[in-house]
Amino acid sequence: MLTSLRDHLTSPAIRTDGLSRQFGAVCALDGLSLEIPRGIIFGFLGPNGSGKTTTIRLLLGLLEATSGSAEVLGYDTRTDATAIRERSGALLEHCGLYERLNAADNLDLYGRFWQISRDHRRARIRELLSHLDLWERRDEMVAGWSRGMKQKLAIARALLHRPELVFLDEPTAGLDPIAAVTLRDDLSRLTAREGVTVFLTTHNLAEAERLCALVGVVHNGKLKVVAPPAQLNAMSETPRVEIIGAGLTEAMMEMLRAHRGVVSARADGRCLIIDLKHAADVSSVVAALVSLGYHLETVRNSAGSLEDVFHSLVEAQR
Amino acid sequence: MMDAIAVAWKEWSEQIGQRGFRGYQGILLMILVFGIVLPLQNGPAWITSPIIGIAWSWVPMFLVTTVIADAIAGERERHTLETLLASCLSDRAILFGKMGAAIGYAGAVTAISLFVGLVAVNLVHRQGGLLLYGAPVVLVMCVGGVLGAVFVAAVGVLISLRAATVRQAQQTLGGAIMALLLAPLAAVRLLPTEWLSSLRPDSATYVQLGVIAAAAFALLDAGVVALATVRFRRARLIAD
Repeated sequence: MLTSLRDHLTSPAIRTDGLSRQFGAVCALDGLSLEIPRGIIFGFLGPNGSGKTTTIRLLLGLLEATSGSAEVLGYDTRTDATAIRERSGALLEHCGLYERLNAADNLDLYGRFWQISRDHRRARIRELLSHLDLWERRDEMVAGWSRGMKQKLAIARALLHRPELVFLDEPTAGLDPIAAVTLRDDLSRLTAREGVTVFLTTHNLAEAERLCALVGVVHNGKLKVVAPPAQLNAMSETPRVEIIGAGLTEAMMEMLRAHRGVVSARADGRCLIIDLKHAADVSSVVAALVSLGYHLETVRNSAGSLEDVFHSLVEAQR
Repeated sequence: MMDAIAVAWKEWSEQIGQRGFRGYQGILLMILVFGIVLPLQNGPAWITSPIIGIAWSWVPMFLVTTVIADAIAGERERHTLETLLASCLSDRAILFGKMGAAIGYAGAVTAISLFVGLVAVNLVHRQGGLLLYGAPVVLVMCVGGVLGAVFVAAVGVLISLRAATVRQAQQTLGGAIMALLLAPLAAVRLLPTEWLSSLRPDSATYVQLGVIAAAAFALLDAGVVALATVRFRRARLIAD
């Protein structure tokens, strides 16, 4: 029994081996093999419909795998799904809050489900809501809240019973940029404080880059790569320059798109972001811009981003 | 058991507790009609008629339909079911909590209406002594009411699992219950009168028939509840 307990405590947070799920003719997840250590935020990155939500459902034992196996916190998803759910928290695709109940009652309800004693429940609810700046609004019906506030409350619910592992399915999806940044900060602070392992799905590359220690990229149900964000960034092979200046016209953008040394070009305010075929092409591109009347201020090399890697991985499959 | 009670508490809180007066409107209307208006119209017969037991055993069935449909189809429609399924609760705790909440709600509203009706008739139509429901009537109401409510709750689970919306679940369940109740009455009307008159049982036979009917209904309940237990499984709920 002690050996079994030690195995559970020392095993990776998540280990999958050829995990697959088929819905009729559609293969939602295809042979996922993955190992996620404890205590980190793992980002599961992929476009819509790539198999992220299916993976969470399989790991929580809400769906049965068509083939392959998975262990979460040392428990088999096929035989010990209840033990997994007892030790996990989840914010799924929908925040799943009871809108006819107030914020405190939403948490209290789940506290009852986890059989937390009344006093501990109250103290924990106060602690979490205070950390998320929601304590003053605890008696308000959730129905009238903004999406950002609901997501925060759902995160509090996921952390209520001090789980070892939390699944967050696109927690910032549908939020405005300011709410998303706030939620990301709260999430980062809370998870660090609670020392919890986080399995976070997102299609927001910046989010994954900012929050996660390890990132897995999934596309069409297949895992393409698993690496730390920095290592993924280094995989970007396309030289990129950022040109800052004034007087950009549509004619200049057309010229850039037609230029043989340019892979892609886009404007972001006063900044032109250009991916080049070769680093040496920068001089001819700049010269062409200036000849068309562009007022050049700065040219600088830019590191490739996770976005580049993600796109190149997706493109490679196509 | 505690888990099922926690689920039932959630259902009641959602249904009535947190909606202020609106949450109580339906219950108050029910008590007004079945506890005051109809008893006063019918007078002492509302308490003394032997038919009243059978009539009241149907009422919980109709009350269960609205709650059970909302508890399952409504939870899915409002996107809260998957989060509930991702909790540590067992499938059975969720199922029996929801069924228990619906049956408890129907039982409570029925009992309050019966009590209010008893008080109203005794206050308005005083006939010397205190009028009370007879023991056989109470027995028929309790046994019939519970068996009927359990049956509708289990059928409601099965229908709600397949229904896209609460409204669809309520309509289908309401239609099914009406058909179940009206079909035997229609069948009796179609039987030849001579044949029916030859079937006039005495009161002892009535008791025997009642016991047989209750036993058959209990068996039917056990079957439908077992089916609901089999159908109400996480993997199935998500995959469906």
